[in-house]
Order: sequence, then structure tokens, then C-alpha cells
Amino acid sequence: MTSAETIIQVENVSFSYPEQEEKAVDGVSMAVRQGEFLAVLGHNGSGKSTLAKLLNALFLPTSGQVRVGGILTSQPGQEWEVRRQCGMVFQNPDNQLVATIVEEDVAFGLENLGVETQEIRRRVDEALTMVGMSKYALSAPHMLSGGQKQRIAIAGVLAMRPRVIVFDEATAMLDPVGRLSVMEVVKRLNREEGITVVWITHFMEEAAQADRLLVMDAGRIQMEGTPRQVFTQGDKVRALGLDVPQMTELGERLRKDGLDLPQGILNVEEMVVELCRLKSKT
Amino acid sequence: MMNITLGQFYPGDSLLHRMDPRTKILLTVAMIVTVFLVRGFLGYVALFLYIAAAARAAKVSLKVLAKGIKPILFIILLTFFLNVFFAAGEDVIFAWKFITVSWTGVKMAVYMALRLILLVLGTQLLTLTTSPIALTDGLERLFRPMSRIGFPAHELAMMMSIALRFIPTLLEEADKIMKAQKARGADFESGTLIQRARAMLPLLVPLFVSAFRRADELALAMEARCYRGGEHRTRLKVLRFSALDGWTALSMAALIVLVVWLPI
Repeated sequence: MTSAETIIQVENVSFSYPEQEEKAVDGVSMAVRQGEFLAVLGHNGSGKSTLAKLLNALFLPTSGQVRVGGILTSQPGQEWEVRRQCGMVFQNPDNQLVATIVEEDVAFGLENLGVETQEIRRRVDEALTMVGMSKYALSAPHMLSGGQKQRIAIAGVLAMRPRVIVFDEATAMLDPVGRLSVMEVVKRLNREEGITVVWITHFMEEAAQADRLLVMDAGRIQMEGTPRQVFTQGDKVRALGLDVPQMTELGERLRKDGLDLPQGILNVEEMVVELCRLKSKT
Repeated sequence: MMNITLGQFYPGDSLLHRMDPRTKILLTVAMIVTVFLVRGFLGYVALFLYIAAAARAAKVSLKVLAKGIKPILFIILLTFFLNVFFAAGEDVIFAWKFITVSWTGVKMAVYMALRLILLVLGTQLLTLTTSPIALTDGLERLFRPMSRIGFPAHELAMMMSIALRFIPTLLEEADKIMKAQKARGADFESGTLIQRARAMLPLLVPLFVSAFRRADELALAMEARCYRGGEHRTRLKVLRFSALDGWTALSMAALIVLVVWLPI
């Protein structure tokens, strides 16, 4: 990996909250590469949300350093550029929308950056189209569903033209339909617009869709690899208080019962393919 | 529950709706001042006709406007009778112990009541045709020159608009907590006023706690979107004066001249 394709570089970073002895993040080193979909998996209190907030200078590391697009987050006066390049979508859809009208909310970040009125208009419309919410431009946020609100929040970040978007458990408070719609939008943005995604979650099924996966526990990165590599080590994942995706679990059990299935089946489609292959053999 | 209208804004596309909120605010202030410049009955008639014409231009019926008088009807009646019974005058109609009713007093009482009614009618035209957010925007821009001497115009406007944004959210939450408490046997509806107020306590405490948590998260989200106060901020919507604003201001000026010139 060359440094040219690295967007976020985290070097030996620790962070502890004031008046707390235990470190929330403890000596983490990692890198986010241009264009990738990186998932960070961990249960509550594993330090994954703290790590997320260290990526865009909302928190500054107690020791170690974080660089976004080559800029040190702890450098005074640079936090705004860091946050423009590294946008963030939070967990609670209600608590991150500022304005009473959708399009004004999407414009909020651009207004803060001092972008000119005409350019704001253009980028707001563009961002709303990208998340499929154009027809709600003049609605009030409180009339929308959770999934729609999250898509508005994404549009608000998108309009600022970031290179990376960090999603801090962005689907945790949504119903299954909303979760699916948000995930779809994010995957499309990653694929088609080339936006790098850091997806913080505790849902295995979502983590399984990433290009690369980090598993955190007790403030440290415990496992790293493709979802297949990680979830093949079912026992280790369980030891960290997490589950493997349902299909991986099913695959494991079937293998124990003597079926000739490969390791690390991640979703229903793969399971179907493998079972059909098995059936055609017999 | 979800379809809450804030304030008494009536969405629409009338002449008054299309005016710049700054003009409407300034003209309302001018109207309030004019109400106190009126010297005689004819002046009140002129003012009333002006408001009626403006209501027509706003496509608001006088009946809707009159509804606004109801909450302050008591105050109007009180000032009316106080003036009737206690204002001193030479031309006494009726006197009994400490009560004297004079023509001057009656005239003053009628004028006072008319003033209050006109004030309510006039300001209502503003709130009925201007959305709270437009009102906030207008106020922010009107007060912007004062931010040079330290008046927090932008901050106040931001607080107002965040409050407006969160009223429905908090109402919804209050409803949820109330239902949860009712499910566990809480009683919000019966008892004396004090008992009912006390029953609200278990509702308010969680609501406050959650409001603080929301504020915390919102602040973080605003920072993540590069919010750093009002300086160097641009806007999606820029307020612009149009010819309409000019003509309306002119009509108000004409009214003021007329009212001051009209004989007693």
C-alpha cells in the first residue's frame, strides 16, 4: 500500500475521556484507502464510535496522530478542512438535522463553508438527487421516516463534497426497510461516486458487505481482513462478544453435520449457490 | 400528532406572503407606532380600512383576524371600564361616590380599546402570512448591523430556528413518555390543578434529560458540518426586496401622513 492511495492514516492513537482511567481507544493504527468500503465492527463500548470521532477532529488523540488527506487533525485551524474532507453521519436521525426545511438542512454545511448562493443551490439539488430525495426538498424533516431522515443527513454531507464519509452506526435506529434503503444509497455512492466509506456498525450482515473489516474490542483492533477472512474464524469472533452472520453460522453447522460446504459463506445468495452445487453433485 | 402547525402561519401565495419578511416586520412596527399617533376617530377608521385592505391582499378573512382578539378580550374590557369609571373629565355625565363617568373618559376608553384591537389585528397580519423561519431570517438580517456592537443577532436566530426544528420532535417524545407512564398507571387528567401539575413531573424530568442529550449530539453534528458561528456564513436563500415591498412601504407612509393630518 503506497501513501498516495491512503486517505486516512491513524498512527498508534490512544484516547481517553476526561476523568476516566480506561482508554476508550488504545494504541490503534490503521489506514483507510481511497475508494474502499471499510467496516468497523464491535459491540457497545468497544471504542468504535470514539475511533470514528477521532477521524474528523471531533476528538483529538491523547497520544498518536491522525492524518486526513495528509492533514494532521490536531493541527490548530485545520479542523474545518479535515471535517470537509471527512464527513460524518450520526446514529440518531433526529439529532443531526438542523433546519426546518429539508433543502435548508442540506445547505447547512455549505453555508458554513461560505459557498456562494448559486453554487449552494446547485450542490443541494445534486446531493438530494444522489440520495433519491429530490421530491422532499421542501418538506419538514419531522414528517419524514427515519430512513429518509438519514438520507437527508447523507445528502447534507455529500453536498460538501467530502472524500470520505464516516457512518457512526447510521442504521442502528432504523427499521429494516429504512436500514436497507440507507445501505443501498451508501453502497451506490461508494461504487458510482467513488466516495470512501467507513461504516461503523454492530450488525454482522452489514459488516459482511464491506470490502474490508476491522473488529474492535476494548479499544483495540482485534481482527482485520476481508469479511470472509474474519467470519471464517467464528470462534474468535464469538470470543469478542459478537456473532457471525446467520448464513455463516448455518454453513458452519452444516459442515459439522458432514456437508461439503466451503468456509465463510456470508449471505443467502452464496448459500443458495453452494447448496445447488452440492445437490447437482449427488 | 405529526401535523403540527407552528405559530399561526397560514401557508399561501398571496401578495403579503410574497413580501420580504423584513418589510413586513418594519411595517408592522410602523403600524404599531401609528396606532399611537392617531388623533381622532377618523384616524382609527383610516387605520382599520388599511388593515382590512391588507387582509384582503393576504387572502385572510376578517373573521380569522378577529379570532386573535379573543385571548386578550379580558384586557380590552378591563382597560375600557377602568377608563370609563376612573378617567377624570369636566363634562361629567354621572357621578356616584368615587365613580365619575365623563364624556372625556368614555371617549378615552373607546380610543384605548380601539388601539388594542388595531394592534392585535395589525400584528396578526404579520404572523399569519410569515412562516416562523422567514420571521427568524428577517429578524436576523434586521439586527445584523447591531452585531458589530456585540448584539448576538446570528446566535439568537440560530437558537430560534433550532427551537422551531425541535418543537415537533420534543412534542412527539412527550407524547411517547406520557403513553409509557399511562401504561404504568400514571394519571395526568384528574385531580386539582396542583395535583395535575405534580403528575407532570415524571414527564418533564425524562423530557429534560433527553433534550440535553439531543442538544449535545446536535452540537457535535453541527461541528462535524463545519459550523463555527455566523461569520463568513453564506445562505441558500437570500432575502431580496422587490417592487412590491416598495409600494407597500409607500402605502404605509401615505397612511401615516393621513392619520397625522386627519382632524380630531
